[in-house]
Amino acid sequence: MADILIYALHHEGTFNKNSLGAITEGARLAAETGGQAHAVVVGQEIPDALAATLGDYGAAKVFKAEGPEGLAQPVVDVMAQVMEENGVQYALFGGGLVGFEAGAGLAARLRAGVTMEVTGVIVEDGKLIAQRPILGDSAISQSRYRDKGIIVGRLNAFEAKTSGGSAEVVAVEAEPSPQAARAVIVSRGEQRGADVDIEGAGTLVAGGRGLGNADGFGLLEELARAFGGNTAVAATRAVVDAGWYPYAGQIGQTGKTVAPKLYLAAGISGAIQHKVGMQSSENIVAINKDANAPIFEFSDLGVVGDLNKIVPKLTEAIAAKRGA
Amino acid sequence: MKICVLVKEVPDAAVTKRIDPSTGRMDRSGEKNLNPYDTHAIEAAMQLKEGGELQIDEIVAVTMGPESAVRALHKAVSLGADRSIHLTDPVLAGSDVAATGYALASALGQEEPDLVLLGQQSDDGECYTIGAVVAEHLGMPSLTQVVKMDVTGEAVRCERQAEYGYDTVEVRLPAVISVGDAINEPRYPSLKAIMGAKKKPLQTLAAVDAGIDTSMVGADGSQVRCGEFRAPPQKAAGQIIEDDDTNATVGKIVAWLDERKLI
Repeated sequence: MADILIYALHHEGTFNKNSLGAITEGARLAAETGGQAHAVVVGQEIPDALAATLGDYGAAKVFKAEGPEGLAQPVVDVMAQVMEENGVQYALFGGGLVGFEAGAGLAARLRAGVTMEVTGVIVEDGKLIAQRPILGDSAISQSRYRDKGIIVGRLNAFEAKTSGGSAEVVAVEAEPSPQAARAVIVSRGEQRGADVDIEGAGTLVAGGRGLGNADGFGLLEELARAFGGNTAVAATRAVVDAGWYPYAGQIGQTGKTVAPKLYLAAGISGAIQHKVGMQSSENIVAINKDANAPIFEFSDLGVVGDLNKIVPKLTEAIAAKRGA
Repeated sequence: MKICVLVKEVPDAAVTKRIDPSTGRMDRSGEKNLNPYDTHAIEAAMQLKEGGELQIDEIVAVTMGPESAVRALHKAVSLGADRSIHLTDPVLAGSDVAATGYALASALGQEEPDLVLLGQQSDDGECYTIGAVVAEHLGMPSLTQVVKMDVTGEAVRCERQAEYGYDTVEVRLPAVISVGDAINEPRYPSLKAIMGAKKKPLQTLAAVDAGIDTSMVGADGSQVRCGEFRAPPQKAAGQIIEDDDTNATVGKIVAWLDERKLI
């Protein structure tokens, strides 16, 4: 019998979809061992009624603590206390940056084993075994824990399902650790750049570092116009961080998850953090000058070449085709 | 102010990575290089030093790894670090990420740094976690994937992208900050700096020198055991076009898209 504690990331009245998926997954796993799944929320005046809705995804109890949102160490303080006081053996996170940070910190605090980027969890002899793709997703490794285990899911690894339950909300007070007390979140969730809509697009033309500079997005805007209709331009985290494209158009780990009919990637290497946000696209076309770029491992059509030469001609050809 | 920069030796990106079936660990032989993400951390330290607003007394590069990891330290000092520390001991081999973080924190603790910097992730293990583990052991606040840092004498104001957009966080020093690759453009070392790198002080530490409890490190001290590697479900390999003649290439792309009614 093993209990599982799941972190539910909260922002402006809603819980993160990946956290909800982790609760569903945690409830399934705990039930298989004969244990229970509980959720943890840390935030400012989150209503009990909202916290109780996590029961719909499978949480038996919701441990609710007051604390700053968007920082990992206060979450570690609360989860470590709840796990120790209640004899909880495993913690599960739905992925995302704060989950990675909190999972790692919690492993250090509790002297537990930790596995990141987990895509599947199984139960064997009442214990959890985490499955993690490694080496650019060319192999899957299984993690077994000596005692306590911290499992951090890959983005979109676990699907949220509702079951109609309601959770008991338990207020907890955890003394902030010295490290948690020395960080202050000044502002959270600032949207940088224009508000571009990429989630409804049927065709996405996405650009990465290989564009060379912000002007490279001009080429992609023209290509998107040539495709016409329901086409939008998207970007990787690296170029958004560099200020080349608005955050609202970012795909991947800390951005959006999309599944358009056509995803055309220009100058994108295909790092895992990007792949997790677009791998469900129906057709993936990649243009990259590096024949070893990981994106060619999961594209349907890969073009090895200079996007500066290919994209303008492709734009012309598509415009001509559509005009014909 | 003293800045410690954590660096790591990783397989060169061009070298195919593999798991050694006899040990279940990544085969780390073959060509090695400084983790490219770490060069941003060294550059961030150098810019603080050269910025002139703060008195940076020393930049110390710290790594843990076998003998060959010295090359990562040479690269780090050629990029500007003043000296380096190599934590190396057979008892550390096979440490998982939590044990590695504990060992590094032990070595760092002796240095009493005001700021610990590292890259946002390692190029090989795809871990973004070591900073948070180190910080927990040192009792320092930490933040990952930071793209802008304003350091005053007592605090660092950081900006980073998280789940809902950009967050601004102020942490009091000492702190552990992992920097994102957008924070700067790392410099290339000069020939003179490369030649001079081997002359800068390099301290080699065994586990006992760093005050490490050896029951907490190595394969035996690690709380997670990885193994039973298998291949994931394979997606059929896509078609590849090498662009020799761009007009022909574009013709092929358009035909491919047209066949699938994507235009």
